[in-house]
Amino acid sequence: MTAPLLEVTDLATHFHTRAGVVKAVDGVSFSLRKGEVMGLVGESGSGKSVTGFSLLGLIDPPGRIASGSVRLGGQELVGMPGAHLRKLRGKRMAMVFQDPATTLNPVIAIGAQMRMALEAHGVTGTEQTRERSVQVLTRVGIPDAARRLEAYPHEFSGGMRQRVAIAIALLHNPELLIADEPTTALDVSIQAQILAEMKSLVAELGMALIWISHDLATVSSLADRIAVMYAGRIVEAGPTAAVLRNPRHHYTQGLLDSLPARAEPGHDLVQIPGTTPSLLSLPPGCAFAPRCPRADAACGVMPELLTEGARQHRCWHPLGLEVAA
Amino acid sequence: MKPASPLSRFWAEFRESKVAFVALAIVVALVGVALAAPLIAPQNPYALADLVLMDARRPPGYVGSGGFTHILGTDAQGRDLFSAILYGLRISLQMGLIAGFIAFVVGVSLGLGAAYMGGRREAFIMRIIDLQLAFPAILLALVLSALLGQGKAQLITALVAAQYAYFARTAHGAAAAERGKDYVEAALSTPLPGWKVVFRHILPNCLPPLIVVATVQVANAIALEATLSFLGVGLPVTEPSLGALIANGFQYMLSGRYWISIYPGVALIVLIVAINLVGDQIRDQVNPRLKR
Amino acid sequence: MSDAFLDICNVSRRFAPRISFGQKIAAKLGQRVDARVTHAVDGVSLTVARGEALGLVGESGCGKSTLGRVVAGILPPSEGTTAVAGEPVMAHGRKTTTRVQMIFQDPFASLDPRMQVGDTIAEGPLAHGLTTKAQAPAYVGKWLTTVGLDPAFAARYPHQFSGGQRQRIAIARALAMQPDMLVCDEPVASLDVSIQAQIINLFLKLRRELGLTMLFISHDLGVVRHLCDRVAIMYLGRIVELGETQAVYAKPQHPYTQALLDSVPKLVLADGVTTSFKPIAGELPSPLSPPAGCHFHLRCPLVQERCRQERPKLREVAKGRLSACHFAPL
Repeated sequence: MTAPLLEVTDLATHFHTRAGVVKAVDGVSFSLRKGEVMGLVGESGSGKSVTGFSLLGLIDPPGRIASGSVRLGGQELVGMPGAHLRKLRGKRMAMVFQDPATTLNPVIAIGAQMRMALEAHGVTGTEQTRERSVQVLTRVGIPDAARRLEAYPHEFSGGMRQRVAIAIALLHNPELLIADEPTTALDVSIQAQILAEMKSLVAELGMALIWISHDLATVSSLADRIAVMYAGRIVEAGPTAAVLRNPRHHYTQGLLDSLPARAEPGHDLVQIPGTTPSLLSLPPGCAFAPRCPRADAACGVMPELLTEGARQHRCWHPLGLEVAA
Repeated sequence: MKPASPLSRFWAEFRESKVAFVALAIVVALVGVALAAPLIAPQNPYALADLVLMDARRPPGYVGSGGFTHILGTDAQGRDLFSAILYGLRISLQMGLIAGFIAFVVGVSLGLGAAYMGGRREAFIMRIIDLQLAFPAILLALVLSALLGQGKAQLITALVAAQYAYFARTAHGAAAAERGKDYVEAALSTPLPGWKVVFRHILPNCLPPLIVVATVQVANAIALEATLSFLGVGLPVTEPSLGALIANGFQYMLSGRYWISIYPGVALIVLIVAINLVGDQIRDQVNPRLKR
Repeated sequence: MSDAFLDICNVSRRFAPRISFGQKIAAKLGQRVDARVTHAVDGVSLTVARGEALGLVGESGCGKSTLGRVVAGILPPSEGTTAVAGEPVMAHGRKTTTRVQMIFQDPFASLDPRMQVGDTIAEGPLAHGLTTKAQAPAYVGKWLTTVGLDPAFAARYPHQFSGGQRQRIAIARALAMQPDMLVCDEPVASLDVSIQAQIINLFLKLRRELGLTMLFISHDLGVVRHLCDRVAIMYLGRIVELGETQAVYAKPQHPYTQALLDSVPKLVLADGVTTSFKPIAGELPSPLSPPAGCHFHLRCPLVQERCRQERPKLREVAKGRLSACHFAPL
């Protein structure tokens, strides 16, 4: 087995706000090999996006990475000087965001934006930058790319804009791509196109992909492995199909059960009671305990992330293991 | 769970800025002494019969014929400057607040009305207001006070005419943004009459930027009034505001009797700067982009 | 249909671009000014029976939200009429009925942030005389309980609630007007998965207990299948297919419906299976200049010469099943 490309150990990102310390990410560990796709799943406030931002060192005050380590190809990124980090960002690792409208500069033609992104990492020369830009734009499925270089972001549709954002992320053939809900704002037919594109890109370029999403279905069709986050922690991880077939954690089970596809039309869905907890006032033990059907006294203590073959779970009463226990 | 009310959170945040807190304290203190002027002032500067010409243009610290110390000196009529400043402050604040309030009501009504009505009427009202904003406020006020003559009501009219457009502009911008939001649509789809929706839903949500404009505009109204009075088209000399006091002493500046102009000027500057600092802090707090 | 509770008759809604003064001058001087009209809704006729839930499905820009707003009486139609139980929804550009109430997508935008939620809920009923000032607290409490919230929440402000709770409050506000019909515009789209299920269950309960008629607008085919008896698929302002939900999903009678269903990602539970997506080719054309003939012909796998010329009529292809494809039944 080759050494992992990305190794995240005990990552903690905290935000110091007026109301107190928000532990948005609290002790997250995982690793990712070259060419592997990991789905990072959770609801709003679970810390999945902050995890993505932390990997790239894009945490601004009042937030900061409180502890832990992020290693890319053996190189430690936490604590790395900003200038150094900027050299890696965009080159060895890149990110695609939910709303492409906010990541593209609205007053600069996309060709010029791509040229700047190339020049920032030492690729210069009008011919070279142009050629590379056309190449990646064509690769992500933008027709007539050479002509479209002169176009401004607003001249593209939402789906095409997201393709442009992906193209910019791919300019330097990054080893790691982090995609934060990149299809959430898009229509289903466009989402299907982007998913198909993503699949073939990963297969072809051999990059590692972290796909951050709240949608189990897109993750299941794309990711080799899945990590489910709840209240800043990974509660369950493992091979996607295995986790979704037999979840260990009640939260994963609850998410699956609440999908309308799981119930007879017109019948009540199985719902997770309550709401996601405020990160300012988490219960001392398992954060999911107040909503969990099987919670008992043991859950007042934070369970460790237990490893079981390729899978991990953080639960005192894991599902599907009752006989063994 | 007992959540803090929005107002108490606002106040807690406001107190964190020392500068703004001191500025607010100064504003409160100045308003206080202005209100209490008849009690504090050693002399009634408007009682012309009490003035003794012998005491005219005396430097600070002079003990006059009235038997008390003129701590800031006296002016050309022998008026105690400290008393005159207290009374002047009273008039300046009165003018600024009344003019600011009327301009607020007029401007906000126009701006909200325009945003609510939409279409041609909106375009008509807003173009007139744009036209007026292109005109220097001081010039407008100057021309109006010259035409209307002296007196409090006339002066307030001039100040309101020069300022309502700022409120209208701000109110229109904020209201146009709120107008398109779902909660306004939801309210409009109930049998509630349109004007009620404007006052119950749109206006409260437009208040934050309007309060900021209001504080700054009160300061501007005071400054504008001082300018007009300084130029001699403001209030009559019998009721001198801070601007008139400055004007009165101006001719003696070069003859070494600095105090007649300087002390009212200092009072005016402190008042305006303090109000502006308070306004800045409020603006920073209501602007979500600057929120931590 | 005589049993139609909601009757949408040939409704169109156009949006004219705002033409500035400068553009008017330019036009006078012979310059070409781009003043194309958006046909957001283009001649839609629909009926919904009392107690029925109709799903309105389509992608962004297809006009489903505009149609919903016309039905709810928030937007006047450019042409056509809508009536609920024989009563017109709007007259002279003003809503005339309280029988239809709307629930919006974003519960963070649909509640007045500066008003206690109790006042927000009571406002409409007070104005309409459904309750009195004295009875308002009890009235509000009753509806808060109906949507599964504590009546004591009435004194709180919207920012003190989570997204799911706010959507419940928005539903309580709509219900407090004692409507016969709800127009729901993507009411669960902005909610987390676990909260979505709670709100969907609430809608099921409301239908059961109050017998509400619903127009349920959504891009999520899964949610619509779960909640709706019938479904209408919209594409660029027109209805392309209409029928019983189960039947439509089982055997679509329009290539666009088929393509939409194929695009929905499905939960993959088998190891090592690489799902192959069958995305629809191409982009949604701009509603400013929809293609001639069948609007879908640029992306349609079945396209023929006739589709480029002739607009297909929405016609009955099976019992209770309408399709706007020249080649239906497929």
